[in-house]
Amino acid sequence: MQRFFNDPSKVVDEMVEGFLKCHTNIVEKTGNPRVVKSVFPTKGRVGIVTGGGSGHKPAFVGYVGKNMVDAVAIGEIFSSPTAKAFYDAFKAADGGKGVACLYGNYAGDNMNVKMAKDMAEDDGIRVLTVVANDDVPSAAKGEEAKRRGVAGEILMWKCGGAKAAKGGSLDEVIAAAQKAIDNTRSIGVGLTPCTIPEVGKPNFQIEPGKMELGIGHHGEPGIKVTDLKSADEVAKMMVDVVLPDLPFNSGDEAVVLVSGLGATPVMELYILFSKMNDLIQEKGIKVYRSYVGNYFTSLEMMGATLTVMKLDPELKELVDAECDCMGLTQF
Amino acid sequence: MHYALDQGVIMAESFNKKDGSQVVGGLVLVIQENKAYLSEIDGAIGDGDHGINMNKGFTMFADQVNLAEEDMGTALKKLGRILLTEIGGSMGPIYGTFFIEMSKVIKDADVVDAPTFGKMLRAAVVGLQALGDAKVGDKTMMDTLIPATAAFEAAEGSGFVAALDAMEAAAKKGWESTKALQAKVGRASRLGERSIGVLDAGATSTWLILESFAKSIRSVLSAS
Repeated sequence: MQRFFNDPSKVVDEMVEGFLKCHTNIVEKTGNPRVVKSVFPTKGRVGIVTGGGSGHKPAFVGYVGKNMVDAVAIGEIFSSPTAKAFYDAFKAADGGKGVACLYGNYAGDNMNVKMAKDMAEDDGIRVLTVVANDDVPSAAKGEEAKRRGVAGEILMWKCGGAKAAKGGSLDEVIAAAQKAIDNTRSIGVGLTPCTIPEVGKPNFQIEPGKMELGIGHHGEPGIKVTDLKSADEVAKMMVDVVLPDLPFNSGDEAVVLVSGLGATPVMELYILFSKMNDLIQEKGIKVYRSYVGNYFTSLEMMGATLTVMKLDPELKELVDAECDCMGLTQF
Repeated sequence: MHYALDQGVIMAESFNKKDGSQVVGGLVLVIQENKAYLSEIDGAIGDGDHGINMNKGFTMFADQVNLAEEDMGTALKKLGRILLTEIGGSMGPIYGTFFIEMSKVIKDADVVDAPTFGKMLRAAVVGLQALGDAKVGDKTMMDTLIPATAAFEAAEGSGFVAALDAMEAAAKKGWESTKALQAKVGRASRLGERSIGVLDAGATSTWLILESFAKSIRSVLSAS
């Protein structure tokens, strides 16, 4: 393994230590080493919590900050945080107006959040949840509730965080975050597998010259393996899955987010984006705002995800709001 | 305590709860020994961390708890608590619930006999069914646990060892059945038909745990 670590079982702890040392103006530690909170107070407004397995930098801890996430529960690599970590994150984010837990649809996260929510409610903290399910290939149309949450979670946090910053009630914050994810669709393409340091070898394979359409953020095998195509052809395959699913129609305005999966050069993401942008505009859909970079990764996997969110006046205002966190700074 | 004749050896029909702590110790060993195997199975259709997470939780328990000071109930409870609070993933809540629910049945008991162990298995099933909605045939640990529990209950009247044998056989059959199944819930369910042909990792760890229970309890009974 050509990787930097000391003890493979301690990569998450050592990453959190480094993150806290670096981003002192945005985040601070809590009594739980697996919970990090924002330095911006939540008193008198709704607190935003997320959490998930590690290995997705900047997600999840990188979205803790101003007008975004207030506290995060940090799990082992590709493994849900404990119920205790979610519970401690709820307590860290609670400013007296309730907590919105905005997270992705994975079995472990669902169970741990449910237990943590019960624990917090015993303490009188009201917690409501939105479960992101933007990954189109992970389940058929009509079975959207089974779909995974992927990079669309960033736009969900952006909208929920902005709504909380504007003084929205817990119900209003939840409604905004739910609307954001309901109008968001994503797809991933993988070119190489990734390796959890403690496992020491890739847990799946993609043969050279092949690509995996619909790959999961944890290296879950995709829906289809095909020959590796040109960037323009890959861009078209991805757009062709995402746009018809919502569907996005002529006249719509949209946010487009293209994220690398960890090891793909950002240069190549712009090559993909260029074609995606053109294809989307050709359908009569206005690209109102776009993001290209490593926003939600999967260790050192090569590949990319495309996320598109349809806007309405409220979502547009929330997307435009300023925010300051490691993963996304916008003024 | 009464005794039954099993294959020419006089076997006890119950054991002291205190002696049952070594049964929990046996679970730690089987998980530690199978760390790489469980991750390999999980890697085929999951994310390959099942063995790592299980090993981490069970080893943490072994490091923190002195089994000589525990009985079967307190040991199961402490194991469940550690999995629940320290492990996360799906396995933390699932196996945390599994062992905590088992421990509750023998909280006030002095001895464990076949009907008691049957109730412990049943409590684990009921606890897990409250947590998720997996049924037999969904390619999960329930494919091992549900038939094993039913087989144990059905054979209780034939004696503790006979019931353990029946449980073990049904658990193995249920575990092996997951290979031909298509995943319906959990992370592998998103793969559809591509999940067919591979054993389920959770069903595998449940098989290892039930097999370990059967072996260790038979051993404790023969020494009782």
